[in-house]
Amino acid sequence: MIRLLLLIRRELKLAFRGGTDAAMAVVFFILAATLFPFGIGPDIEVLPRIGGGVIWVVALLASMLSLERMFSADYEDGSLEQFVLSPLPMGMVALAKMISHWLTTGVLLLAAAPVLAVFYNLPSTAFVPLIVSMLLGTPTLSLIGAIGAALTLGARRSGVLISLLVLPLYIPVLIFGSLVVDSALAGREYGSLLMVLGGFLLVALATAPWATAAALRQAID
Amino acid sequence: MLHRFANPNRFSRLAAAILPWSAAGTVVLFSSGLYFVLFASPADYQQGDSVRIMYVHVPAAWIALACYSFIAAASGVSLIWKHPLADVAARSAAPLGAGFTVIVLATGSLWGKTTWGTWWVWDARLTSVLVLLFLYLGHIALTNAFDNPARGAKAAAILALVGFVNIPIIKFSVDWWNTLHQPASLVRLDGPAIDPSMLTPLLLMGVAFTFYFVTMLLVRMRADLAARKARALRLSAPG
Repeated sequence: MIRLLLLIRRELKLAFRGGTDAAMAVVFFILAATLFPFGIGPDIEVLPRIGGGVIWVVALLASMLSLERMFSADYEDGSLEQFVLSPLPMGMVALAKMISHWLTTGVLLLAAAPVLAVFYNLPSTAFVPLIVSMLLGTPTLSLIGAIGAALTLGARRSGVLISLLVLPLYIPVLIFGSLVVDSALAGREYGSLLMVLGGFLLVALATAPWATAAALRQAID
Repeated sequence: MLHRFANPNRFSRLAAAILPWSAAGTVVLFSSGLYFVLFASPADYQQGDSVRIMYVHVPAAWIALACYSFIAAASGVSLIWKHPLADVAARSAAPLGAGFTVIVLATGSLWGKTTWGTWWVWDARLTSVLVLLFLYLGHIALTNAFDNPARGAKAAAILALVGFVNIPIIKFSVDWWNTLHQPASLVRLDGPAIDPSMLTPLLLMGVAFTFYFVTMLLVRMRADLAARKARALRLSAPG
């Protein structure tokens, strides 16, 4: 446990030293979400109906943007090889990377989501469901995204390739996440949908570190 | 037993021996199947003759799912036992599976237009099959994304296993959700719910598609092994 926390602390220190990298994902999040009102017209009736889905899709894309850099820096300077050779379980290393990715990207998206909810004129009944669904969904995105990042280490055009691999796996989270917001807007109960999202998170927590560790190990071989 | 055919040359010889039979079987089964489909089976009392799309759509779906399961199994064999031909099998099967998935989606879309009145609907079955297509395309892209083919094969193997969760979702999607796509009528606990006059051509086409898949898989695997040999010869040539 201590080792996991130390690994996360390392990742966070590197992220802060990297400067504005993490902030860029959030800026993209807000920028891309503001494109839609320009594209479809600021009709005050239409925006809330698509708002939940658009915010979720753009959160997905923003979360995906920073996946490429998750392991590539360590891969290039040899630290990843040191991790593989060390007695640390690779699953723990992978989990530390996933948690720090969520802390530097997902949490910031969570913080920006209320602003976008206002942009899309979502009623106040939708705010809490939106935040809770993203709270449950964004960690899953980091967990699944890490698998894609680890699989494409050293590949050509790994940026686009990560998207191609990871987006099909993101779709269930997206479906249920935006369904939560839609149910809240329609006045239907959304508790069971949140539980499904929680289930996805637990399954991802159980399996993604293992799959990522396998992918990292054969990236080093 | 599997490792008996780990030698690529022995496998190529075995494949060359099987190939004429599977090819001939494909032709015979398709001819007889198509005869049954087009002439010797009844039109549906509601859909008329457009029900005959089912005899292409359903077997293609079986093969698309079976092919992905085959790739997942080959990936498991490759990662656990490091069988030399498992990677070749997975790499050869992926484009075939993607092609069959495209056939499923296209024929399903045509059939849906005539029976449901719409080309597409975002219900559980259609969405999960579309995700299957993306998984196939991702597998193909990942295999070819590395300069070192072995690295690509191993990465794609992990991806295939991660994506295998989609297969039971596809199969049970029509039972778990209220979908426009009809529920299971064949592989159910209560047995098939389809008339024998339609079951026969369906199964015949199913076996025909399987023979076709096996034939094409063997052709592609032999081609892959020959290409590897050619590459090795070219790299080891002096000067």
